[in-house]
Amino acid sequence: MVPFVLVLLAYAMGSEARRAVNPADKLLPAPAQIVETAARLVAEPDRRSGIILFWQDTASSLRRLALGVGIGAGLGLLFGLAIGLLPLVRTSFSGFVAVLSMVPPLAILPILFIVFGLGEVSKVALIAIGITPFLIRDLSARTSELPFEQLVKAQTLGASSLAIALRVALPQIMPRLIQAVRLSLGPAWLFLIAAEAIASQDGLGYRIFLVRRYLAMDVILTYVIWITVIAFALDWLLARLSRRLYPWAEVRA
Amino acid sequence: MSFVVVDNIFQHYGRRPILERVSITAQEGEFVSIVGASGCGKSTFLRLLLDQERPTRGQITVDGQPLTGEPNRSRGIVFQRYSVFPHMTVRDNLVAAEALGANLFGILPSPKRRAARERAMASLDRIGLAHVAHQYPASLSGGMQQRLAIAQALAGKPRILLLDEPFGALDPGTREKMHAFLMDLRAETKMTVFMVTHDLPEAFKLGDRVLAFDKVRWDPHDPEAFGATITYDFDARDGGIPYQRIKEETHVLDATDETPPLASSG
Repeated sequence: MVPFVLVLLAYAMGSEARRAVNPADKLLPAPAQIVETAARLVAEPDRRSGIILFWQDTASSLRRLALGVGIGAGLGLLFGLAIGLLPLVRTSFSGFVAVLSMVPPLAILPILFIVFGLGEVSKVALIAIGITPFLIRDLSARTSELPFEQLVKAQTLGASSLAIALRVALPQIMPRLIQAVRLSLGPAWLFLIAAEAIASQDGLGYRIFLVRRYLAMDVILTYVIWITVIAFALDWLLARLSRRLYPWAEVRA
Repeated sequence: MSFVVVDNIFQHYGRRPILERVSITAQEGEFVSIVGASGCGKSTFLRLLLDQERPTRGQITVDGQPLTGEPNRSRGIVFQRYSVFPHMTVRDNLVAAEALGANLFGILPSPKRRAARERAMASLDRIGLAHVAHQYPASLSGGMQQRLAIAQALAGKPRILLLDEPFGALDPGTREKMHAFLMDLRAETKMTVFMVTHDLPEAFKLGDRVLAFDKVRWDPHDPEAFGATITYDFDARDGGIPYQRIKEETHVLDATDETPPLASSG
């Protein structure tokens, strides 16, 4: 708790000092003003459209994030298992994925905008493309780390390749998937906010970059704190989910 | 006819020979222990029996059928470690022994699953693991995990059980208990067992035969030039002295003998 208090204190003192020189300072708004702005943002509907923009931004961003991360996780799991389990797939694809994962996703954002237009698809695609190579590499490495003894044992019990993938490999990879998704949430937010900043009509990233023009630090800070809270909550929920669904993975650790 | 026939097999990895000229036959129901120094091909031989690998030359037949190159249900295996599935409870590990091979997806339909669970509980009861049925293997002791691994291998009803240093990681007391456990199971099932071990007393105590693997040719300038083969095939029944109950033929003069051989010949 102490570091949080210290940062808050440092901010309050900096804000105090600046406003003592210039009461109209916009750079470091007083904590009280941020709270006031936050209260206004979450409760007051937009005068023109009648909807509360804060919640609409949140919903849009979370939908994009969930779709992008969901698609990325699905692809990562599928290809990760295939590359980790099937030697034929590994020899033909693992090098390809290694090279693919070096392509900077933001550099291909213009391509996505050209191909998919400026709508939702390109934003979701950016997140999915950004995190999928990492997920594939991580999960295929984890899959091939499964002790071969287990796979042989399953074979001697008559398991088909599909049964080994579904009953032996998949359940043991799931906690790893959750862990990998937790790690890739950071990049996912980065891609989301970048895509929203460039071309969007709503979303948390869009709003921050919009109000930047008015130097509305109180709004920006409110949104930044809100994004941090959401990101932290997602991470915590995933960790809890993993512990709840896969208790055996904790015993080993 | 012999149950397992290993006919003059050679196994090379690349240019490196591991096994050469290995031939052996075993009867159904025999317990064969395999000993030898590290790196002399014991485990390779077990992998060949398991059908996990194919020999470079030669052929292994089981019950007259040549091996196909993929492990299947006719063999059960217990390794020193990692033999049980860590993500399944103790009971589900035994259920999986029936479920994995049940169909393409390895999932039992629910009425069969209920019956399999009851069977699993019954065998857990018998091997003394019923009280941990709903725990995960990681929370079990080494001996309990190996007991589970053996029970799991046997639940698949294999014709041959292969054991790769199954008790190597256990303390001596637990090992003794595991020996008794294995002997009981064997008396019940009468299956053929091949066991690789580093522990000679264990090999002679459990086995009907003890095979020793070693290199017969040895080039000090190129230790890997030659592979290993079976150098001894001991009869290990009755604790390694199979004929102790038979009156031995001695060439020593017996004082109680009324007609000494020397006197009669002279």
